[in-house]
Amino acid sequence: MKPFTYLQATDVPSALRAISSSPDARFIGGGTNLVDLMKYGVEQPAHLIDIGKLPLANIEPLPGGGVRIGALARNSDIANHLLIREKAPLLAEAIVAGASPQLRNAATAGGNLMQRTRCYYFYDTGFTQCNKRIPGSGCAARDGLNRIHAILGTSDKCIATNPSDMSVALAAIGATVQVQGNSGPRSIPFADFHRLPGETPQIDTNLNKEELITAIDVPGFPFALNYCYLKVRDRRSYAFALVSVAAMIDVRAGKIHDVRFALGGVAPKPWRVPAAEQQVIGQEPGAEAYGNAADVALKGARTFPHNAFKLELARRSIIRALTTAAVKGERNGNVG
Amino acid sequence: METSVSQPINRVDGPLKVTGRALYTAEHPVPNVAHAVLIMSTIPKGRAASMDTSAAGKSPGVLRVFTPFNAPKLPPSPSGGSPTSRKLNLLQDDQILYSNQPIGLVLADTFENATRGAELVHIRYAPQPFNVVLDKDLNSAFTPEKAGAGGDPANSSRGDHQAGVAAAAAYSEHLYTTPIQTHNPMEPHATIAVWEGSKLTLYDATQGVFSDRQRVAQVLGIPPEDVRVISPYIGGGFGSKGPTWSHVVLAAVAARELNRPVKLVLTREQMFGAIGFRGRTHQTVGLGSSSQGNLTAIRHDTIDQTSSFDQFVEPCGLQARMLYPSPNAHTTHKLVRLDLGTPSFMRAPGECPGNYALECAMDELSYSLKLDPLALRLKNYAEEDPEKKRPWSSKSLRECYRAGAERFGWSKRNPAVRATPEGHYLVGQGMATACYPARRSESNAIATLRPDGTALVEAGTQDLGTGTYTIMTQIAADAIGLAPNQVTFRLGDTDFPKTPVSGGSQTAASTGSAVKMAGQALREKLIQLAVTDPASPLHGLGAGDVTIDGGNFVSAANPRKKESLAALMARHGQNEVSATADAKPGDEQDRYSMYAFGAQFAEVRVDMDLGEIQVSRMVGAFAAGRILNTKTARSQLMGGMVWGIGMALQENTMVDPRRGRVVNANLAEYHVPVNRDVPAIEVILVHEDDPYVSAVGAKGIGEIGNTGSAAAIVNAIYHATGKRVRDLPVTLDRLI
Ligand SMILES: Cc1cc2nc3c(=O)[nH]c(=O)nc-3n(C[C@H](O)[C@H](O)[C@H](O)COP(=O)(O)OP(=O)(O)OC[C@H]3O[C@@H](n4cnc5c(N)ncnc54)[C@H](O)[C@@H]3O)c2cc1C
Ligand code: SF4
Repeated sequence: MKPFTYLQATDVPSALRAISSSPDARFIGGGTNLVDLMKYGVEQPAHLIDIGKLPLANIEPLPGGGVRIGALARNSDIANHLLIREKAPLLAEAIVAGASPQLRNAATAGGNLMQRTRCYYFYDTGFTQCNKRIPGSGCAARDGLNRIHAILGTSDKCIATNPSDMSVALAAIGATVQVQGNSGPRSIPFADFHRLPGETPQIDTNLNKEELITAIDVPGFPFALNYCYLKVRDRRSYAFALVSVAAMIDVRAGKIHDVRFALGGVAPKPWRVPAAEQQVIGQEPGAEAYGNAADVALKGARTFPHNAFKLELARRSIIRALTTAAVKGERNGNVG
Repeated sequence: METSVSQPINRVDGPLKVTGRALYTAEHPVPNVAHAVLIMSTIPKGRAASMDTSAAGKSPGVLRVFTPFNAPKLPPSPSGGSPTSRKLNLLQDDQILYSNQPIGLVLADTFENATRGAELVHIRYAPQPFNVVLDKDLNSAFTPEKAGAGGDPANSSRGDHQAGVAAAAAYSEHLYTTPIQTHNPMEPHATIAVWEGSKLTLYDATQGVFSDRQRVAQVLGIPPEDVRVISPYIGGGFGSKGPTWSHVVLAAVAARELNRPVKLVLTREQMFGAIGFRGRTHQTVGLGSSSQGNLTAIRHDTIDQTSSFDQFVEPCGLQARMLYPSPNAHTTHKLVRLDLGTPSFMRAPGECPGNYALECAMDELSYSLKLDPLALRLKNYAEEDPEKKRPWSSKSLRECYRAGAERFGWSKRNPAVRATPEGHYLVGQGMATACYPARRSESNAIATLRPDGTALVEAGTQDLGTGTYTIMTQIAADAIGLAPNQVTFRLGDTDFPKTPVSGGSQTAASTGSAVKMAGQALREKLIQLAVTDPASPLHGLGAGDVTIDGGNFVSAANPRKKESLAALMARHGQNEVSATADAKPGDEQDRYSMYAFGAQFAEVRVDMDLGEIQVSRMVGAFAAGRILNTKTARSQLMGGMVWGIGMALQENTMVDPRRGRVVNANLAEYHVPVNRDVPAIEVILVHEDDPYVSAVGAKGIGEIGNTGSAAAIVNAIYHATGKRVRDLPVTLDRLI
């Protein structure tokens, strides 16, 4: 690991000043991703700015029924918080589907959003080709072991997935990321937070390097309780998703009144296609409608030698997740 | 009197372990220790053309950097070929024979500084063409001299295969494959080397302190007496700590050069390649039978991998020779050389993957005959070893089948395939036979009575976390006539009496027998002292008329006539009384075939849309001679069954064929079962008396648990879904 300096930031302005002082400075939250990457030599920051003590760990109600999650709230604390359980149980379920209790106790909300891909070739510096790690070096995964890789939103430069479970729920819910830079705060709609690789796979998000995530705003939803987070994986816990679906559905008078869903494990960012949701509004709930939605959401998918199964798996997962959410809705009396 | 043996007493080392006071290898406090970090190759074949160490040498805290260009030259040593004397990579030349091979060593004042130093060494490679894919090179397969460490011949033929096929109402052959699997014990391999003059002390995470000493001495060219190996606690080994690997010798060499103790701990990533693994196997199993299900032909042809520079055979075909009494049975073993590290023993080497293929083939046969899978096994029950034509020393497999089937509810199973849906799930049940040879080697022990009447018992042996401390304490307590809490057992030190490697499930039978005999010898000595001591109430009695029970001499005729051992010791002015034993296997090994047997049953629920597989129930019934502690035995067997879940569904060391590198060399991506994958598991210990197998009457139980469990699960998946997957692991994409 490359030697680095360490600074414990005490307030947001000093953290921002520190991050701007060097291009090789990085924030560190729980450190569960960054430290691993440093050990592997994938990230080599010269300066670590520990934001763990910043007063940004609160979880509090927003006017209008939403919830504001401080960027430093621990994943476990978010998942266990009464407000989240009540207002956004989909988010709680997505968080506990990820990692392990020990990791969730350490991981922060901001860090979770910023975690990097689990592509094998990105992690192992023994492989010389990885455009995300070394821009312009090529992509070892395209002709390599790509069973866990993306089928949507890829580019010739990179086919890696975003591994976060929490982000899939936030995409479905339509959260807003609050950030603070030296020139002031701004809000980033969740759909615009993560980027597709295009020609620049080394850049994962639209957060500027000198900006700090301060909070995530989760809007209130009338049908937040009719939800399902389905995570399909190679073992029953402590494994990243092959495919995941975050779904919420509102059925009224036997018709789909509103629906939200996003996919994980299949794309470089949480994959939400609003047109797929629109497609089925007004239809009768059921496998047929959900299948139609899936077809729209998965349009343009492109598979690779080892991951062709993901396309059909994603389709079936969407149907299963929406079905489960709808069943929950029925039990809730379909009134959110 | 046996009062302690077989009781489910708690692990005697449990409190030390859960309070963190049990010192594992890397935790031994050694003053002034320097930290060593290995540099590993990133290409699979070629040469290290140059290694620039200038930046590393200047990096803070770095003491020395060893590369093939400056490492001390070692005397040529007889190297390789045998499983405990692997060919090592000791920086003696610039050859690179596999990716993740040690090619350098950095020493520094701290682990962090050594790690940084290792990163700063710049290597220029001269790569050469290579192959890491077994299936690409099957034509180059050659026949090794032997099938495995047991010395069995590589090929066997019983009867006439063609005749057996001709006599069969049905004959079918299928290819089964298992992937490279990596041991992944929780404790990484670690060595601390300390020289005092010409004497070397090694704290080493090893499954064999004596074989380790022998090999290190041999490679360094020093007398074995000059090497002491200490290994009191081991955090799992599964075979990977059986042989002595390169890092052990490198630590010793570095400590000698530096004139300072050296600690070397492998990282998880470094544990994928240089310390063995189970190679990929490619097994063709053919079974022919009469329409009633009597086997007429068995064929089991194995091709697996070895390295370009050394040899290891995964002897998959051995069970096909002895498990079922087909008049015709043929097995072969072949090897392909790949540019990967040398494979090695992994829990039930040969039996585990071999039994997987054979027991799946039996399952396939049962369906094609429309016979119950269990009934097919019972039809082909071997009353004697069909290959060696010898009686079994004991065999209670029929009772294992019965007890396991009853507990599992096998008779209630719907024989039809893909016929039991439950919600989104397809439910299925499968079974398989489990089997593992009962091995034993020469072992020694010493038992000493201390002045306070308690005993100290010592043997070099190892405890991998399995319970050796506990069962040896129990055996010694019974043999001497003490309660377990009056016995202290010490192990893991070459200063103690010589014992074999803890591998092949032989520790209980080998060292257990030595401990029992040493304890009995001590007891006889003590009784002799008592009956010849005029001051003892037992004076004048015949030695046979006195027993020792709970720390007292007792007259058999008059239990009120007794005296404590401590009282005798005090009177005798003797500090200690000791007795040793050398326990050797006799000719029983030539007269009997000795195996532990078992029956495994599994139920799975497969998500019919998503393919996710959940093992929902497992029952294993095992007969393994005398069970020395029903609690530790149960845990061992259960651990083996859990292993079967990983093997069936998850474990897979993935090698990128273009670069020859393992891509999932970490515990996040190399999957082993987590709690949620493991259902309630029932272990049935079937009573079995075996008068021949060992002085303690025990067969090994360390490995049998992971024979048959993977097959039972894969067979259950077939029953649930109607899909026969023959290539492990069965991941969900194979089922959708
Ligand atoms: C073995 C393992 C298994 C896992 N399994 C899963 C899983 O199944 N599902 C899943 O979703 N996740 C999983 N994870 C990932 C885990 O969720 C992330 O590591 C964690 O959420 C990262 O949070 P952190 O606070 O530790 O981030 P850090 O490691 O501290 O930081 C990660 C990145 O975020 C940046 N950063 C952190 N906070 C901020 C901020 N406030 N503003 C701007 N930038 C910031 C850092 O600079 C860094 O680049 C797993 C991790 C491991 C190690
Ligand atoms: S998929 Fe992306 S992260 Fe993986 S090797 Fe290719 S460029 Fe690198």
